[in-house]
Amino acid sequence: MRHTISVLVENKFGVLSRVSGLFSGRGFNIESLSVGETIDPKISLMTIVTSGDDLIIEQITKQLNKLIDVVKVVDFMDMDHVEREMILVKVAPDKRENKEEVLRLAEIFRGRVVDSGPTTYTIEITGDEKKIEAFVELMKPFGIKEFARTGKVAIAREGIKKK
Amino acid sequence: MKMTGAEILLECLKREGVKHIFGYPGGVVLNIFDHLYDNKDLKLILTRHEQGAVHAADGYARASGRPGVALVTSGPGATNTVTGIATAFMDSVPVIVFSGQVPTMLIGNDAFQEADIVGITRPCTKYNYLVKDVNDLARIIREAFHIATTGRPGPVLIDLPKDVTVAKGDFIWPEHVKIRSYNPTYEGNKWMIKQAAIEISKSKKPVILAGGGVISSGGHKELKELAELTSIPVTMTLMGLGSFPGTHPLSMGMPGMHGTYYANMAIQQSDLLIAVGARFDDRVTGKVDAFAPDARIVHIDIDPTSIRKNVRVDIPIVGDVKLVLREMLKVLKEDVKEQWEQVRKAWLKQINAWKKERPLSYKYDENVIKPQFVVEKLYEITKGDAIITTEVGQNQMWAAQFYKYDKPRTLLSSGGLGTMGYGFPAAIGAQLAFPDRLVIDIAGDGSIQMNIQELATAVINKLPVKVAILNNHYLGMVRQWQELFFKERYSYSNLDVVPDFVKVAEAYGAKGFRATKPGEVEGIIREAIKTKGPVFMDFIVDWKEKVFPMVSAGAPIDQMIFGDEKKEEKKKEEKVRIVT
Repeated sequence: MRHTISVLVENKFGVLSRVSGLFSGRGFNIESLSVGETIDPKISLMTIVTSGDDLIIEQITKQLNKLIDVVKVVDFMDMDHVEREMILVKVAPDKRENKEEVLRLAEIFRGRVVDSGPTTYTIEITGDEKKIEAFVELMKPFGIKEFARTGKVAIAREGIKKK
Repeated sequence: MKMTGAEILLECLKREGVKHIFGYPGGVVLNIFDHLYDNKDLKLILTRHEQGAVHAADGYARASGRPGVALVTSGPGATNTVTGIATAFMDSVPVIVFSGQVPTMLIGNDAFQEADIVGITRPCTKYNYLVKDVNDLARIIREAFHIATTGRPGPVLIDLPKDVTVAKGDFIWPEHVKIRSYNPTYEGNKWMIKQAAIEISKSKKPVILAGGGVISSGGHKELKELAELTSIPVTMTLMGLGSFPGTHPLSMGMPGMHGTYYANMAIQQSDLLIAVGARFDDRVTGKVDAFAPDARIVHIDIDPTSIRKNVRVDIPIVGDVKLVLREMLKVLKEDVKEQWEQVRKAWLKQINAWKKERPLSYKYDENVIKPQFVVEKLYEITKGDAIITTEVGQNQMWAAQFYKYDKPRTLLSSGGLGTMGYGFPAAIGAQLAFPDRLVIDIAGDGSIQMNIQELATAVINKLPVKVAILNNHYLGMVRQWQELFFKERYSYSNLDVVPDFVKVAEAYGAKGFRATKPGEVEGIIREAIKTKGPVFMDFIVDWKEKVFPMVSAGAPIDQMIFGDEKKEEKKKEEKVRIVT
């Protein structure tokens, strides 16, 4: 099963390598990983999406907790939480009506055009995985030239736990 | 107070109580070595290879319980330590390795003798550091010793760029170490301990599986008390040998691939398995799905990742073995009143029957030396009072089977990584920790050649290490597998040229003795013990001898082969012929 795990780590060089090394060394796959500084500049937050059965996920969370630089590990599986991802899609619609259609769809998905060239639009979309994937599917017929995806970030909803 | 990085390093080591460092000099650490030149508090033991230095530090740590320290140079000096570090990591040994590094401004530039040793050793250290500022050095060293020796112990590496050792910085000794993200759990959960005690009281066929964690936590007395109080038989993993007296009536010796028949049978038929500081290595469990099929499993370990990693666990207890066992004893004594001896009578009778049915044995031959006979004689002559180190392979298994370890820290062996070449430098480390004790490395002719150069270290430091070489001209365990599983195709296991170990010893300024007949074995061991300084004992043993019992890799541990099957089949055939 797919799990989104957030890992608070010391903001030091080599920590990312320790975390990713833990996964590669044990043959666990990372589906996405995003890292950024928290409000405390000494601490970074990693959001890792991985998958495995209960025993694998138990090992992953235990092994993460064991790392000296890891302050806290939260598996969002059992928690109500908010997940977001961002993509930048560069599409190249060839006809005028297609250009208009791309802009219309971007608007429906609450996307923003962040760059425009003679033949392309670059659109920024934020949302959960399904929304992102739906938008990408819709853009494919118009010709996607480039595509950059951040990986998930997640945060728990305050005080609410799944039953 | 302003001090150079090198001065800070040596001052920190002194304050940590370090007396000996094992090491090897080189370009970027010359500044440190220069300070060591007239330092009266620290003695550097010059090994002949950096791998030897780390194994020696490891042996020192395993024998004494104090952290071992190694100091090497950058690049090849550092990379040569990797096997030693990985060995210590797998067996949870507190070793601190200081590696030199090129100056910070050259790091990443492919400078001469540069290696990313922090990157290389990341997966095989408990933690590692690259020191970038001399002002961090004292704190980092203090943290490194703390991390290496607390929780589940392990090796820590500190990479020291040359300019950091030369630069002057403020020396501030941190009295207390606080790492917000590192808080090992020592006290076991009381409710879980109570549940385990209830299981013990309900159990009819319990077994204790003791591992290296009992030794590193110092919980051997508590373990003995628990076993005696509840009349539970104890089997010890290779790393756990010595955690419970091997001569005790409740001892069943080692389980697993080359474990005793009775230990394996007892585990497989047990209704409760109490694993104490053991991590269920595949050499212990055999086929995991078929391991202890009817047993409830209690697992006590300080490392939560060890629990439920390999086998299902019914009652997990995370904590320090010694403290958990103490608490468990308290509960058992207070709450549960049982006549344990009566309850266990049938079970212990069964185990004794298994012991009689299939004891550890070999066939003595008066014409050729059996390797088991050498180990038995070593035990007999030393009365079990020596510190034994081993190499890896057949020699290691015979040392585990035929020498009895009554006290902890008397068998030092590379259990997890299985490092050939470990035993001899480890013996040097142990001898340095205990100059007055008898230290014997039980070796094979293949293994001893992996770090034979350390004979110079033993000679120059007058360390009277005795090396018993079970010389069969083969990589014995490889050969054994090839014989049993590869149709006797001895692909590259025959060491065609084996040096004359007596002459090698003499070339280094040590003594060497050789025995070719069983009648010479005892005399040579006694002579070696009497001899001052290091000794090689070259025992030319039966090259055909194999380690039995044996469980094939991946088979359930009660499916053992004993080596006499062919003979028994032959006997059966003969009987059939008579009948027909």
